[in-house]
Amino acid sequence: MESIRIRTDDEFRWPDFLLAVVLVVATFIVLYLGFIFLRDNQSAPVVTAIFAIVWGVGGVLTLYFVANNFVEKLPHGWSTRLQPFIFVGPAIALLAWYLAVPTVRSLVLSMQSNRGNGFVGLQNYLDIFNSRIMQEAFTNNLLWMVVGTTLVVSFGLLIAILADRSSFENPAKALIFLPMAISMVGAGIIWKFIYDFNPNVGLLSSVVTGAGGQAQDWLRQVQPWNNIFLIIVMVWLQTGYAMVLFSAAIKGIPDELLEAARVDGASELVIFFRIIVPSISGTIVVVITTVIIFTLKLFDIVMVMTGGQFGTEVIGVRFYREMFTNNNPGYASAIAIVLLIAVIPVMIYNLREFNKGRAF
Amino acid sequence: MHASKKRALWIVNGTLAVIVILWTIPTIGLLISSIRQRDDIRSSGWWTVLPHQAWQDTGERLPIPEGQTRDQPITIEGKTATYAEWQQGVDMGDGRRIQWVGNLRLGELYVLNQNWTANTDFTLDNYGEVLAGREFEVRNADGSSTTVQGANLVGAFINSLTVTIPATIIPILIAAFAAYGFAWMRFPGRRILFIGVVAMLVVPLQIALVPILRDYVALGLNGTYLGIWLAHAGFGLPLAIYLFYNYMSNLPRDILESAFIDGASHFTVFIRLILPLSIPALAAFAIFQFLWVWNDYLVALIFLGLNNNIQVMTTQIAGLVGQRGQDWYLLTAGAFISMIVPLIVFFALQRYFVKGLMGGSVKG
Repeated sequence: MESIRIRTDDEFRWPDFLLAVVLVVATFIVLYLGFIFLRDNQSAPVVTAIFAIVWGVGGVLTLYFVANNFVEKLPHGWSTRLQPFIFVGPAIALLAWYLAVPTVRSLVLSMQSNRGNGFVGLQNYLDIFNSRIMQEAFTNNLLWMVVGTTLVVSFGLLIAILADRSSFENPAKALIFLPMAISMVGAGIIWKFIYDFNPNVGLLSSVVTGAGGQAQDWLRQVQPWNNIFLIIVMVWLQTGYAMVLFSAAIKGIPDELLEAARVDGASELVIFFRIIVPSISGTIVVVITTVIIFTLKLFDIVMVMTGGQFGTEVIGVRFYREMFTNNNPGYASAIAIVLLIAVIPVMIYNLREFNKGRAF
Repeated sequence: MHASKKRALWIVNGTLAVIVILWTIPTIGLLISSIRQRDDIRSSGWWTVLPHQAWQDTGERLPIPEGQTRDQPITIEGKTATYAEWQQGVDMGDGRRIQWVGNLRLGELYVLNQNWTANTDFTLDNYGEVLAGREFEVRNADGSSTTVQGANLVGAFINSLTVTIPATIIPILIAAFAAYGFAWMRFPGRRILFIGVVAMLVVPLQIALVPILRDYVALGLNGTYLGIWLAHAGFGLPLAIYLFYNYMSNLPRDILESAFIDGASHFTVFIRLILPLSIPALAAFAIFQFLWVWNDYLVALIFLGLNNNIQVMTTQIAGLVGQRGQDWYLLTAGAFISMIVPLIVFFALQRYFVKGLMGGSVKG
């Protein structure tokens, strides 16, 4: 192998090397000028948009090209040693800046006072667990987790099984799946409209008054049931995801297995609990974990629909309020760390699964 | 046996149809409302665009009884009711309803009967108003007119595209390079770094917001496109690297080896060979990330929030909910505009999207 690699063009040449260095420096300067232009320019929005897209995407590509060119012009030993870091380096740097280091920084911040830099130990955590509004948020998140996950999994399974046996599987699945493409802000508006107090606007009020009931301000007055009305929005959004995964898993169950059970006279209910559920238990675990993590980080739906008022506070909204409205970085960081601790079991599970897989 | 099978299929189809209709009604309601007249949205439900029975004016008028007072019951054609009740309309029991329109002295009695009708007075004005940021003269039902301020969603739409396109492509590029490095290059720390990537998969992004916002303020990146692209890239990278690694490491080894023997460098092999071969994986993640960034609210709110020149659709519409919470003609049209792009992407590339979901894990 080595004998093939040592060729004349792998030799180190000063002019090429210097040119490569100049290219790297020039790219950085040009990209920086582009950044300044973009920040200060006042041209038409469309022009700015096109410039920004070309500058951003082109800039990243160019950086890889010139950086790789630079490494290839180094002496051979250095070149092979450094090239992997041109490939993985930018990703590692971004991950470190945006996820790994912030974890430590948030941990440090969470032990400092909200004003200035005084170390307060676990005081922020104590405050969180003792504050009434945070307790409300924790309770509500638990409600979201239990009710939301149960509903998403049940509906997902039910629809996947029905669709599998129906005569219009694909259109039905597409329509159930469609809300996945809608933002939680958009979904918030759609459902706020449904929950409107006025029976001439809100579908729910209209149905209730039509049935002889009394229209309510659903999102405000009927506590604690208003949380359920918000959870329904998530169920509407997320069931499609559960359904797609379940549907694929159900199709993976061998037909002979189901046929054999039917020949033996097993009822559909027995088939469901004895064959289908055990066969797709792995997928059920994946869906449950995903939905639980979703409910933990929940922010948009509550923020848009109630702003966390009327007894609907959740951790995600609390975090935002402490960070921006109340300007309590220590407190907000402590909330973020609590969220992180809540997902650590999933993280460990992921790592275990990864280690179980083929040798890396 | 055959008949019972047929009945079972009928039950399955029926139940599924009911669920699908329930699931679709919210979106349809929004879409229909967004093309109704501003006053219609406030005074009648969107479902009244469907044929339904309603009281309609027959054109027949009855003279008002003279000398009545507000607090005394009034008898008309044998029916007795208070003035307030007559104003609401009173059923005469013969399929007619009489309604007192106007005041006690100068009003008229309208005779109504029940007819099939549908409120199909549609308009695109709501879209015009919500898209352009200028002021509009709006005619009210009583003939007066008011000036209302529209919302500038055109700008937000362009900004959303400017944020979303690079925030989709940049992490794909960076993750593809990294996945190739992890899959096909040998370097010290390779295993531990990749374990780090896997661990990052579920980290909630709230953990990063306070520290990163501080960095952004210090670096002048707050409220810039670059800042939000990098943030979305950083948060999307773990999933992207993980997906691409799984895909690239399964590509046949001999293709690469023959390319190396021909003297190709890693860079050439990556650009010419691996990238084109990996398009299914790249496309799956691209859809995922595109929808995620387009629909994102939290990251945009925090890193663009204070800068009014760079508002995206989600922050702008959420702002509308706060300021114009009862202006459903703006909210429904705005929400629908924000849904158009993701819906097109979704329907055009649904196959890839589903594949991406299957291969994916949970995103932090």
